Amino acid sequence: MPPDTNSPRRPLLASNSLWRMRSYLRPHIGKLVFIWLVAILGIAASIAFPLVGKEVIDAEQTADLLPLGLLAVGVGVAEALMIFLRRWVQTKPVLGLETEIRDDLYEHLQRLPMAFHSDWQSGQLLSRATTDLSTIRRFLGFGMLFLVMNVIQLTTVTIVLLNMYWPLGLLVAASAVPIIWVSLRFEKKYIKISRQVQDEQGDLATLVEESAIGIRTIKAFGRRHHVYDSFDESARKVYATSIDKVGLSAKFFTFLEVIPNFTLALVLLLGALAVGTGGLTLGTLVAFTTLMLQLVWPIASLGYILAMAQESMTSADRVMEVMDTVPSIRDGSETIEDPRGHLRLEGVGFRFPGAERPVLHDVWLDVRPGETVAVVGATGSGKTTLTALVPRLVDVTSGRVTIDGHDVRDLKLSVLRDVVATAFEEPTLFSMSVRENLTLGHREATDEEVREALEVAQATFVYDLPWGLDTRIGEQGMSLSGGQRQRLALARAVLSKPKILVLDDTLSALDVETEALVEEALRHVLREATGIVVAHRASTVLLADKVALLRGGTITHVGTHQELLADVPEYRELLAQDADMSEEGALR
Amino acid sequence: MTTATDWRGVASENKDDLPEKVSLLLRTRSRKLLTDLLSPHRKAIALLSAVIVCSSGAGLAIPYLVKVGIDSGIPPMARGEGSGTLLTVIAVILAAAVTQALTRQAFLKMSGRIGQDILLELRRRVFDHFQRLSLSFHEKYTSGRVISRLTSDIEAIAELLQSGFDGLVTAVLTMFGTAALLLILDVHLGLVALVPLPILLLFTRWFRRQSALTYRRTRETVALVIVHFVESMTGIRAVQAFRREPRNQEIFGQLNTDYRDANARAMQLIAVFMPGIKLIGNLTIAGVLIYGGWLAFHDEVTVGVLAAFLLYLRQFYEPMQEISQFYNTLQSAGAALEKLSGVLEEEPSVPEPPRGAELARARGEVRFEGTAFSYVPEMPILPRLDLTIPAGQSVALVGATGAGKTTLAKLIARFYDPTEGRVLLDGVDLRDLDETTLRGAVVMVTQENFLFSGTVAENIGFGRPGASRKEIVEAAEAIGAHEFISALPDGYDTEVGKRGGRMSAGQRQLVAFARAFLADPSVLILDEATSSLDVPSERLVQRALRTILADRTALIIAHRLSTVEIADRVLVMDKGVIVEDGSPEQLVASSGRFAGLHQAWLDSLA
Repeated sequence: MPPDTNSPRRPLLASNSLWRMRSYLRPHIGKLVFIWLVAILGIAASIAFPLVGKEVIDAEQTADLLPLGLLAVGVGVAEALMIFLRRWVQTKPVLGLETEIRDDLYEHLQRLPMAFHSDWQSGQLLSRATTDLSTIRRFLGFGMLFLVMNVIQLTTVTIVLLNMYWPLGLLVAASAVPIIWVSLRFEKKYIKISRQVQDEQGDLATLVEESAIGIRTIKAFGRRHHVYDSFDESARKVYATSIDKVGLSAKFFTFLEVIPNFTLALVLLLGALAVGTGGLTLGTLVAFTTLMLQLVWPIASLGYILAMAQESMTSADRVMEVMDTVPSIRDGSETIEDPRGHLRLEGVGFRFPGAERPVLHDVWLDVRPGETVAVVGATGSGKTTLTALVPRLVDVTSGRVTIDGHDVRDLKLSVLRDVVATAFEEPTLFSMSVRENLTLGHREATDEEVREALEVAQATFVYDLPWGLDTRIGEQGMSLSGGQRQRLALARAVLSKPKILVLDDTLSALDVETEALVEEALRHVLREATGIVVAHRASTVLLADKVALLRGGTITHVGTHQELLADVPEYRELLAQDADMSEEGALR
Repeated sequence: MTTATDWRGVASENKDDLPEKVSLLLRTRSRKLLTDLLSPHRKAIALLSAVIVCSSGAGLAIPYLVKVGIDSGIPPMARGEGSGTLLTVIAVILAAAVTQALTRQAFLKMSGRIGQDILLELRRRVFDHFQRLSLSFHEKYTSGRVISRLTSDIEAIAELLQSGFDGLVTAVLTMFGTAALLLILDVHLGLVALVPLPILLLFTRWFRRQSALTYRRTRETVALVIVHFVESMTGIRAVQAFRREPRNQEIFGQLNTDYRDANARAMQLIAVFMPGIKLIGNLTIAGVLIYGGWLAFHDEVTVGVLAAFLLYLRQFYEPMQEISQFYNTLQSAGAALEKLSGVLEEEPSVPEPPRGAELARARGEVRFEGTAFSYVPEMPILPRLDLTIPAGQSVALVGATGAGKTTLAKLIARFYDPTEGRVLLDGVDLRDLDETTLRGAVVMVTQENFLFSGTVAENIGFGRPGASRKEIVEAAEAIGAHEFISALPDGYDTEVGKRGGRMSAGQRQLVAFARAFLADPSVLILDEATSSLDVPSERLVQRALRTILADRTALIIAHRLSTVEIADRVLVMDKGVIVEDGSPEQLVASSGRFAGLHQAWLDSLA
């Protein structure tokens, strides 16, 4: 748990993160300039169009109609063309930006250590990689452009209107003030209420998730009504807030429409007076009304775009928060030419940041090449942490772990993780083919090697799946039993023939018979590798040459199973179930 | 060797894929659901229609009034005959604007409320239905799909109700109204203005089809990005331990690019459509200007009419763009509705009896009478079983994986119904038992010890509604969980975290045991319930089990024979048949399978 991941609020200017993303736009600079030019021309055309209309209406003679009409056609086509060019050319840079940041984010996340990932739920990371990036994309791609375009359009149209007939122009400009004011206020309220709805929907989703995953428990206890009641309560909350939200936007959109209509009425009244006094032609009045309506959308959308800007800054912060997390586990530079697999833990300690007591302290252990050590300890004694230190899924906080004399922190991660392979208790399967799940980082593995590994793990059942090794498993594919999954995880670990094999209670879900078969096969594998076996059961301990007893965060005893059984009462307490069972058996 | 794309592997079905063609005409079941949801709001919808017609009418009237103002209001004023007409027109415009504002606000509020009512009703129905559906359904359907039905699908419909519906109704009314008004204002000019209409319709149809394709593609590609992303992050331990990063980056890059391309296609489509509409609109306006200008010059139309035309044509083309946006919303809502109605159509395979028999206090005698069970007819899991478990007996079930132990247990818990014969509790067929009675009498604890978010006490209390804190603590004490719970930061009020993530597997299991104990069932089923405990905890539980099982019927399934020892009776199963039956001592003494297993177990401990 690196300390720097624990401070989500960094003292940075909100816009700083967004500004830092400009580098992603750099490769597209030419296109961006083009888009801006095209956008401005588009505005010009959209303003020119009603002006041509004015000329048509005020035309003095029929001969003027045709050229003016053709001009109108030309300007109309130009406007459409400019919109087309802007949108079409924009596609690539805008999506490129999003895609590149997402790629980089993913790459960075894969580099960040376990400590980071155990602090961050994958859902939070996903929302950064999807929702936040889309928000940024929309702002950098559209929002920013529209913001500037709107301002340009607003000022130009206002100038044109003032030029046409300044009293009316002034009136129109004045009517923009309440709209801007209200839409800014509206956006603030709207964002707040939208977030509230989102949060409440999140709570509702959590309930749904639990009701789906915990369906057995709910059914087993017949608590359908209880679960329904809490769902209903939460759903009604969403309902109430949504109704408020609807009311808010209903008011706002109504306001948006009513102001321009009122202005229109006033313009007509004053315009008519002006026409009466000869201060204005009819054509100008018509053009005036059309142009005026062009202002409604840019003004109304200002609030929306500003809100979008704000949101994208928050999003950028959220993305940068992850990007700025420095991987606490850094790559070393050394390699091992011909690894033997001599593993030593030298005074190793591990403490979670901020924790009072260390999980592990003063752990000394020497595992010679080819030797297998079983690690035994009660739940929570730090066995899994100990095994995670070897492939550097976490780093020691004191002491060191060495392989063939190299501190693991000095080794290249790729080399280290080639030497060490781990089979975890809770096997992770990905929604991919069996082959891909087995080979993971070892794409060069041959079918022959895959078969060997499957045989060791007693997992040849995969050949009987509908598409054999090509069958998709994991969440989105064929579902496998706990025992089957564990056997695949084991096959994955032995596939690369690692020099050091770590088995973290890998056989817990197997039935007795299968376990015996797997153990038999594992014995061969472990003869050629250095092994660390975390064990709960006597049968698994027997795979090892010697046993290390982990108590109170350190190794208190090392010896053979029999020795420990005879000499160490704590060990007997942990493993020697037979003693007390046979006593009871004898009593009967 | 793997190529770039075959990493995903093959799966037989992708149930969540969007239907090949989501037509606007929904299937009967979806239509029925829709009618059903709408029918309580029939009156409100009628009122709503009236309101929206008023609102659109008022909105449409304004350009016409502008025309009247220009044509009839200004000339008399210019002639110095007073401004009476003009002022009247202005007053009417203001009135129309106010009417439009008020009716529109009413419409938005009412339709919003109806929409939310429908959503709430739909959420309730689907949730309740999922909870009613049998376990066999859930096993096939998987929790992921249940979750997306109740979240993303409902949201798709919400999206339609919130934004799309309003947009569509307004757009359609405005378009028809405008077209009619144009013709009324001036037939010739109106016809010129409406000439491009067929082109517009064809263009929109083309766009709709294309956008259906791109939309589908975007959805598919983003789904793959999300799955890959989430799985990489949740499985980061395996990813890093096995140096999976480069390969993952390669796959992610490809998926990301696919998603980008799909998005690009969608954006380009809009890049063609939006200016396309604009072009048609502008050309129409230009045409109207030329022809209208010519007519006006020859005094065949007034300037007011021309101005009204220009205002109306703007109104006419703007909604077209909204309709195109709306189409995607409509489509995804349609697909969501199809899926939801499909779920609601599912019948629970284990239905609750309408008026079930109630037992005051079950004794706990379980009897199988000619019971058979199979998923597929030709492959029976349990061929035919006759078995009586007297009240109060503890029975251990032993056998290899797939012998039918769990099936037997699930039949007693009525997670499944037998395909033949019956299962009886105290002489009553389980299918005739009242749901509450059954669930109060039979409780099953599995190795999936699910904890709900909330406190430890709440999780234990889940076993019995309304249990007091004292009872909860007593249950924890009886099971031997009190000690570790008291040591937690907030004791019984400690939040367990998401799915009990802040506790070890063993601790979660102890809480699950306490929950089952609190429920105080007459029949307790333990399916591999102790397998995730380490030996000391298991021993603790086993000690507790002796007390817990003393006065109730129990069925214990365990791979580990240590658990079996506490049973009164052992049943050895093989391929759905009970092959050995007797007390543990008897079976150990005989030379059957159990004796063999027992010996192997003893050896493994040596």
